[in-house]
Amino acid sequence: MTRWWRWLLPLAAVPVLALLAYGFRLDPRDIPSPLVGRPAAPFTLTSFDGAPVTLEALRGKVVVLNFWASWCYPACYEEAPVLEQGWRAYRDRGVVVLGVDIQDKEEAGRKFIRDFGLTFPNAPDPTGRVSVDYGVYGVPETFFIDRQGRIRVKHVSAVTEPVFRETVETLLAEPAPGG
Amino acid sequence: MTTSAGRRTPPGAAVLALVLVLLGALPASAQQPSRPVDDRQVHEVAADLRCVVCQNLSVADSPSEMATQMRAIVRERLAAGETPAQVRQYFVERYGDWILLSPPRQGFTLVVWVAPLVAVLVGMGLVALLLRRWTRERRPPPPPVDAAMSERIRRELEREP
Repeated sequence: MTRWWRWLLPLAAVPVLALLAYGFRLDPRDIPSPLVGRPAAPFTLTSFDGAPVTLEALRGKVVVLNFWASWCYPACYEEAPVLEQGWRAYRDRGVVVLGVDIQDKEEAGRKFIRDFGLTFPNAPDPTGRVSVDYGVYGVPETFFIDRQGRIRVKHVSAVTEPVFRETVETLLAEPAPGG
Repeated sequence: MTTSAGRRTPPGAAVLALVLVLLGALPASAQQPSRPVDDRQVHEVAADLRCVVCQNLSVADSPSEMATQMRAIVRERLAAGETPAQVRQYFVERYGDWILLSPPRQGFTLVVWVAPLVAVLVGMGLVALLLRRWTRERRPPPPPVDAAMSERIRRELEREP
């Protein structure tokens, strides 16, 4: 009789090893967002200054939608100056930076804005509706929305100056909708 | 009630009146859902969803602010008349299958449901096969010792000091 079963055990290990080799190379923290490429969900929030913040009103502009919290140290503290610099450098070229403060105390959020001298619109999301609509699972997360209102890039962790500049430049280089 | 007794209302009646007024005002002040949703229904859906800011906790079990907000969203959507499956789908569309604590039993993730079953069956088959082989291939019993040989062994043993 053939001893085929002697090969069974080593053979059975092959698919398991293949699966492990595949799995261990993935980054478990890298969760692809199903929203990339899809239209950005509309929302209206009230900014810390009391002004309405509406995504719909920004159609035709490149929107950098940043979710942050004052307790998010150090990532949010690292990116706040980058976002402010980016806003100042690109606001005249049709780029809007929007901050959404999530899972935070309002006073702590205001202090954060004061401390970093943020001048772009920032709004709290007290019910979490907007964060869930954008599939946010932590802070900071930043969505780059193109001029047609589609989410093009989701950036998890602090936005760096090159990431901001390169992504915004790419989206600005695209033809404006209807033009 | 215009009598003096009516003006001096006993405290019991005053409390009763207050309770009645409050009860009447309650449905107006509470958020009016178009459909009553009980906690069990919300819990059922929330238990299927992964709390996004936790490690291995469902939205139903987590005390975090984010999970609380998500439970509120589940309740709101159920109240608006969505089925539990539609509410789950709302979250899947935003977070991907990752948000579900049990991977869907279709497509690639079907593997995680089927693989353990297949492994157990293959393992049981292997054990059965080996057991049969081991029990069948027993060594043949040693040949019987003939009388001359046992006589010789006995004599040689006696010769030993």
